[in-house]
Amino acid sequence: MSAVHDLGGRPGFGRIEREAREPVFHARWESRVMGMVYAIRRANWLNLDAFRHGIERMDPARYLAASYYERWLASLERTLPEVGALTPGAAPPPAGPYGFEREVGAPARFAVGSTVRVRARKPVGHTRLPGYASGKRGTVVSVRGGYVFPDTNAHGLGEQPQHLYSVRFSARELWGESAEPRTSVCIDLFEPYLEADPVPSSAEETRDGA
Amino acid sequence: MAHEHDHDGEHGHDHAHEPSDPEAARLALRAEALEALLVERGIVRRESIDAIVARYENEIGPLNGAKLVARAWSDPEFKRRLLTDARAAIAELSLPMGETATPIVVVENSPGVHNVVVCTLCSCYPSSLLGLPPRWYKSPPYRARVVREPRAVLREFGLELPESTDVRVWDSSAELRYMVLPERPPGSERASEAELVELVSRDSLIGVALAGPPAEAPRER
Repeated sequence: MSAVHDLGGRPGFGRIEREAREPVFHARWESRVMGMVYAIRRANWLNLDAFRHGIERMDPARYLAASYYERWLASLERTLPEVGALTPGAAPPPAGPYGFEREVGAPARFAVGSTVRVRARKPVGHTRLPGYASGKRGTVVSVRGGYVFPDTNAHGLGEQPQHLYSVRFSARELWGESAEPRTSVCIDLFEPYLEADPVPSSAEETRDGA
Repeated sequence: MAHEHDHDGEHGHDHAHEPSDPEAARLALRAEALEALLVERGIVRRESIDAIVARYENEIGPLNGAKLVARAWSDPEFKRRLLTDARAAIAELSLPMGETATPIVVVENSPGVHNVVVCTLCSCYPSSLLGLPPRWYKSPPYRARVVREPRAVLREFGLELPESTDVRVWDSSAELRYMVLPERPPGSERASEAELVELVSRDSLIGVALAGPPAEAPRER
């Protein structure tokens, strides 16, 4: 069962609706929700991964029907009590280092050009491994450095920084026969999502993309 | 799937009056209740929210990206820096930026290579640089489809790419934010940097359009 927010490649969606002269916000409340999220994050009451996990736990039907800022609102309502922010006298956790880039204790396991296979997406909890990449073979095109690991950080288990890679997958590898010609998808994946794969990944199609 | 109400013309997106449908009214009430509670508990200040909103409504937008692209087209050394260390290159232009916790990565279109950006898991977007994303970018159809059938999606946006062009989709699944450096349009060789800025649309920075004269605003709707 895939999580509702994990939308990449899911069939059944129709035309992409666009709006001419779209305003920045469609209602005042949207702007207040956006400002609250930014202010709360800035004051370190809530980390980004816990906030996202709050969105991902919405009722699936509601998730799909909701606007972007409704999802933000729903996550604030759920997660702020969870982290104790609404308890009288509560203080935010001490601010750690800025941003998400961190040193990692171990050297990077993969290098540009490495062929990797993506492990299975974990069925519960927060992760940034898109389901459509599960089990697929790709090629590392960039080693991005160490980053906060969302899978632990979302659950109060610490930042546990991991190496991050941009990995390119041929469309054929991802979608099989139905793939459009000469297309590829590049996904940013953390080292624990990956294992070494000695077999070159769909070489003829990734070669010109790498 | 339920479509959100349309906002064409007179009503909607107006700060002054009540949302017209009950669902929007409930959302507005929920947001107001939460804000009141957070203010009372000293978690946020209304003025901080006002300032953040004003900055994203009025100062941070696609013009930032257009200026970077115009500079890159005019100055090959700058372009090289933009593609290899975007953070440093962006800092050179003293643009109005938002929170810069997420590094920007710039990917270059060239003859035979076209890039397009998405976030399939949520809606990550280079907001610190380009402002808040349009609604279609955040919509389930875009997020679901562009990784599987980018050519079909681009066609819907009015962009038909040659079969010989490599289409590279970037799924922003971690804390890097991608911006496309579009190709300089033919015929713009003599344009000044200021004139070049005019040729760079938000959509060309996402990769669902090419850079070019701004006459092609979407007409449907």
